Amino acid sequence: MAVRCGALPEIAPPMGEDTDATPTLNHRGFLPDHNYVTEADIISTVEFNHTGELLATGDKGGRVVIFQREPESKTEPFSQGEYNVYSTFQSHEPEFDYLKSLEIEEKINKIRWLPQQNAAHFLLSTNDKTIKLWKVPVLMPMDLMVEVSPRRVFANAHTYHVNSISVNSDYETYMSADDLRINLWHLDITDRSFSILYIVDIKPANMEDLTEVITAAEFHPHHCNLFVYSSSKGTLRLCDMREAALCDKHSKLFEEPEDPSARSFFSEIISSVSDVKFSHSGRYLLTRDYLTAKVWDLNMESKPLETYQVHDYLRSKLCSLYENDCIFDKFECAWNGSDSVIMTGAYNNFFRMFDRNTKRDVTLEASRESSKPRAVLKPRRVCAAGGKRRKDDISVDSLDFTKKILHTAWHPSENIIAIAATNNLYIFQDKLNSEMH
Amino acid sequence: MINTMECAVDAQSLISISLMKIHNSRTQRGGIKLHKNLLVSYVLRNARQVYIKEKYAEIYRMQQYEEVMTVCNEIQELNPLELDAEDADDEEQARAACCGEEASLCGTACHRDAAQQPAAHGRAESALHGCSPLEDDHKEPEPSYYRSCCMEASPVSHCDQFPANSSAHCNKTTVLDLDTHVVTTVENGYLHQDCCCDALQCGQSAQSPAKKRKVEFGCCISDVEEVSDFTAARKRAKREDCSYSNPDYTDTSNISNLISIFGSGFSGLLSRQADLEQICSKQVLASLGAWTRAIVAF
Repeated sequence: MAVRCGALPEIAPPMGEDTDATPTLNHRGFLPDHNYVTEADIISTVEFNHTGELLATGDKGGRVVIFQREPESKTEPFSQGEYNVYSTFQSHEPEFDYLKSLEIEEKINKIRWLPQQNAAHFLLSTNDKTIKLWKVPVLMPMDLMVEVSPRRVFANAHTYHVNSISVNSDYETYMSADDLRINLWHLDITDRSFSILYIVDIKPANMEDLTEVITAAEFHPHHCNLFVYSSSKGTLRLCDMREAALCDKHSKLFEEPEDPSARSFFSEIISSVSDVKFSHSGRYLLTRDYLTAKVWDLNMESKPLETYQVHDYLRSKLCSLYENDCIFDKFECAWNGSDSVIMTGAYNNFFRMFDRNTKRDVTLEASRESSKPRAVLKPRRVCAAGGKRRKDDISVDSLDFTKKILHTAWHPSENIIAIAATNNLYIFQDKLNSEMH
Repeated sequence: MINTMECAVDAQSLISISLMKIHNSRTQRGGIKLHKNLLVSYVLRNARQVYIKEKYAEIYRMQQYEEVMTVCNEIQELNPLELDAEDADDEEQARAACCGEEASLCGTACHRDAAQQPAAHGRAESALHGCSPLEDDHKEPEPSYYRSCCMEASPVSHCDQFPANSSAHCNKTTVLDLDTHVVTTVENGYLHQDCCCDALQCGQSAQSPAKKRKVEFGCCISDVEEVSDFTAARKRAKREDCSYSNPDYTDTSNISNLISIFGSGFSGLLSRQADLEQICSKQVLASLGAWTRAIVAF
């Protein structure tokens, strides 16, 4: 399938293009350099809202930038559907927990939109400890700018680091998950004593017995009582909140037996699930671990329906990837609107798409050099070291592991994707095939 | 069975890399990441399993060799030929191997440093260390201490229980006894986890050979008084170790202190607050699993 570089091939970060930066010290003490990425600008989450009209990004500096899609114009066909900056605000600030002598990072871990109600949009943003609800007003013609305001702060509910938030289909509750616990909140109630406490708590009585942590969690898109959470052991647990207040026992456990012949020092690390997403239909689950993406059928717990190798050529390099910490990178994954294609990121600014029906896959690159505005992205290929090399192929040893695409998002109904490559956001549109099929 | 073929580094290096990661995670922004440390502890466990297996294999090979040599010696007694210096060493090592304390797999405080035998000797590299109850000046460690550093309890014979260690060992070990708050620096001692010794790789054959040292170990540490104690221990360790010329030593001594401290329970390490529920780790210490998970805790 061809994906065209959309009307906006890339969007510079709010801090300004790094090539134009004047050589002054920013507040973080880094000298902006031609090639140096200010750490605060690194995008840490990307999320479309339910209509796809808005796109939110969060970064390591605690800021949220919201983009809005311009309405299509008949007079200027190429400017249709471009995303422009709609609003920017500081969501979280660094905090210091004096009791525990801990610094709490301001990095935005996740953003989730609420369905639009009335004239305003709402989104949830979270760092490691605190979740905030923001009201994003609709820009009226007389307004000069959009002022986003905080409506709720959900704090002091997580001892460990929050990795996921998910809004329930009832639009009244949402959950937040950290390493050991999942908390259910009512959107209107911030006082923790009124929120339903831990719907999941896997903290063992004796921490010495700890063997796994929660890595991601999500509500079912249609059934407000069902949710799934993934673990560092590569398992998925589907839980039904109707069965018990504390969902200690899962309704279903999805686990693929380990291949004993494939055991290595790093087996546990590469089997840890970094992201889990329900399909739009609610029938399937998509998971990502270090080397693969898997599609699971909710009715089959024994093994995944499909397994896709994202970058299996890294299997022999796990040792170096462990040494440089890349093996701990948490890649996200995404479904397209019709659940026929899945997408996930990789290294060297590559991202991969797998068509579930045709079984075809493609590797594309998000970079300024390789994509001119409105040009068609050229498929890339990684060849194993020493393998037959075609022109434009890149060998495994030449991959840049500092350029990782961890966060990607797919428009809910159209073939528009948002790719976060370090501090740059790329938006690609498929002009030919705007409709899902 | 862990496939080690694809790994570019050996188990020992992986252990030291993992320990450094755990060590560095303490100072990372945002606090200790439980997930990452848990995963690192799994690598640590896997590497140790491989390391121990390799050592067992080595001991077994050595044992077989020594049995052969013993037979040869007996034959030679009938035929008075000169013994090699090699054989003398082997006998020493065989003695060291066989006369050990049974409970612990890892060397404990009271072992003899057989590697201090002529360092030039190749086989010294795989000298066996173990407890030696035959030494008069040796102090019997408490059984609970054994448990603390015991890896997997396994029903093997005395000789097999002592993983051969390379001659890389610490020249100095600093241990904080939380009961008495005494910091003890041990000369030519061995950490109760061999892997740490290897990871530290300090002072190879720089010492004079063939010295038996008495080693005192305090009880493994529970972190009831945690941060202040740990910091104090580290400061004292740094002061005591400053005379040592190895540039890597400061870091490695901190790691050895870490390992001593993390013999204690997981939850105690996790909480930075003085938690009066945490008892001295004598009762809390457990097997390898607990040890590796304890590392995660901090």
